[in-house]
Amino acid sequence: MSCGSKSGAGCASGKGCGCAGGQTVDAARRDFLHGAAASAVTLLAAGVTLYSFGPAPAAARAPGERASSSVRYGLLIDAAKCGDGCNECVTACQTENGWRDSGHPQTDAQWIRKLTVKNPKNGATFSLPMMCQHCTDAPCVDVCPTGASFRRADGIVLVDKHTCIGCRYCMMACPYKARSFVHEPLTDQKAHAPRGKGTVESCTLCVHRVDAGRIPACVEACNDTGGGAMLFGDLNDPNSEIAKRIATYRTTRIRADLGCDPGVYYRNI
Amino acid sequence: MAKIAYQKLHTHRPHYWGVIALNAVILAAGLGAAYYMEHRGHIVTGMNNQVVWGMPHVFAVFLIVAASGALNIASVSSVFNRAEYKPYARLSGVLAIALLIGGLAVLVLDLGRPDRLIVAMTTYNFKSIFAWNIFLYVGFLVIVAAYLFVMMDSYASRSNLAAKAVGGLAFGWRLVLTTGTGSIFGWLVAREAYDAAIMAPLFIAASLLYGTAFTVLALMLMGQAMRQRLMSDEMAGRLRGLMAIFALAVLYVTAVHHLTKLYASERHGIERFLLLDGGIYTVLFWVGQILIGGILPLAILAAPRLGHGRTAIGVAAGLFLIGGLAQMYVIIIGGQAFPLILFPGMQVTSSFFDGQVATYRASLPEILLGLSGLSIAVLVIGFAVKLLPFLPQPAR
Repeated sequence: MSCGSKSGAGCASGKGCGCAGGQTVDAARRDFLHGAAASAVTLLAAGVTLYSFGPAPAAARAPGERASSSVRYGLLIDAAKCGDGCNECVTACQTENGWRDSGHPQTDAQWIRKLTVKNPKNGATFSLPMMCQHCTDAPCVDVCPTGASFRRADGIVLVDKHTCIGCRYCMMACPYKARSFVHEPLTDQKAHAPRGKGTVESCTLCVHRVDAGRIPACVEACNDTGGGAMLFGDLNDPNSEIAKRIATYRTTRIRADLGCDPGVYYRNI
Repeated sequence: MAKIAYQKLHTHRPHYWGVIALNAVILAAGLGAAYYMEHRGHIVTGMNNQVVWGMPHVFAVFLIVAASGALNIASVSSVFNRAEYKPYARLSGVLAIALLIGGLAVLVLDLGRPDRLIVAMTTYNFKSIFAWNIFLYVGFLVIVAAYLFVMMDSYASRSNLAAKAVGGLAFGWRLVLTTGTGSIFGWLVAREAYDAAIMAPLFIAASLLYGTAFTVLALMLMGQAMRQRLMSDEMAGRLRGLMAIFALAVLYVTAVHHLTKLYASERHGIERFLLLDGGIYTVLFWVGQILIGGILPLAILAAPRLGHGRTAIGVAAGLFLIGGLAQMYVIIIGGQAFPLILFPGMQVTSSFFDGQVATYRASLPEILLGLSGLSIAVLVIGFAVKLLPFLPQPAR
């Protein structure tokens, strides 16, 4: 199991995050080997590769291994490299997690979206992707009556699809409008990203990929075919690329004034 | 002190059964609407990812807030030792239970997964004010039921001590309950319209007004059905005064709430939206809540001769309740319609309607579900007064 359930590689909180199906041990091993190979290439190609593609995150978790609180996964997004018309991260997230446009824009889920921000005084604009900010003190987690909204030990905020009652209080509480309610019956779901009519969902930081030692789909797509604006990694590891850059450059977190300690950092906004 | 006599709803006009039948039909329609929403998903409502709580929440919160206030008369009689209110205390208690059951039913049936009610009742996150409210609501039902028991049981009611003790507990509990309901909104730090501690006292003031107005209407409509005057002239005068005081309290707290936000530059956007150019929300605030639900009924009650008449008091109570629904609509829907501020001072656009005022139009299933909460309350009251002596004897 890549994302952890109560019986498998458990989330550190002891909760399932709602995987409908898990990978086989062979598949997990294959993913692990892929991750290991990618890490080896990254190490060999040194600096250039590191900056172009971002580092591989911490190694894949073994089956049964709990998420570690020594890790804090996060993102660094450089708005200067985020093209206004580029939608690669959104498309990749849709493909990876199976949410799509059903022709009802008011009610369709959006796990990640592109924002265009304009200064009305001088017309200056910038563009950035917005998704769950995976806050340490997440308001969605605080208000959830059943505890279905929860934060893993490694900082990833998820919804337990088995205990979400669809009250939508988390959507009222989220400062980022990062959550969507499933308004219609669904078909063709991805086994690693279960969804359910009448429940709330949001960006999982591609927890199934992260647990397999891979980077989130949006980051991969941004680096492959987008502007290379997104970097994923362990904020707690001072030697990680993301931690180094955050320590070097001036970064901003959206609505930092609320004190929620978001795990997503932005540059050049 | 003379023993107070109570009565059941023995004889009544035929239209009593008409009212029961009408509300049974509305309840059936509401249950059908809930099934339809559960089966098809919330796509059949006017709700969306911008306005996540719609018309069912307006009715549900309105009824829950009113339930707490409906206990006013019982509290005044037991806790504050005002004997003249005692004949109305039982009806006050059963009205509180009926309104709360109606509100909770709507709240549960509007869940995305109402079939998981058992999860909500067994799995708790104790940091959630929503979870606290589950205990507050269930506790309120149990305490008011116990309160009714000690008021009605022949042995327990021999002494006023038991009623005073349980009544005191119910009085404290209802204040905490309404504080909890107001805090569901007041503690939402990210939304411009909420994030205010004053929402708890605002909801308490509103509960006192709605609950008393419901009590007045219940007494008048029951009396009409029985061809009796259940409310003495003295009590009509007292209820008139209470409603006026509570309405002034709602207006005062509402004014302080908005003035506080108006003083902060960062909140000018939401205040401009609600008070000046928010379309339906601005109209509902000024015309619905303030004019129809505040100034007009207050003027009626204050009118030298007109204001003392029973019809005037009944009309005023009805207007207060219409204003209450408008108030809840503005708070709940209007508060969500205003966009979240991600970048203060900047214009934000996206395919997810960032930076835009959200659209919302309640669908028929939502309205039926909301109305069915009111019907549940009417049916509970309607049958309760036939089964047990909750009603006062005719006034002399």
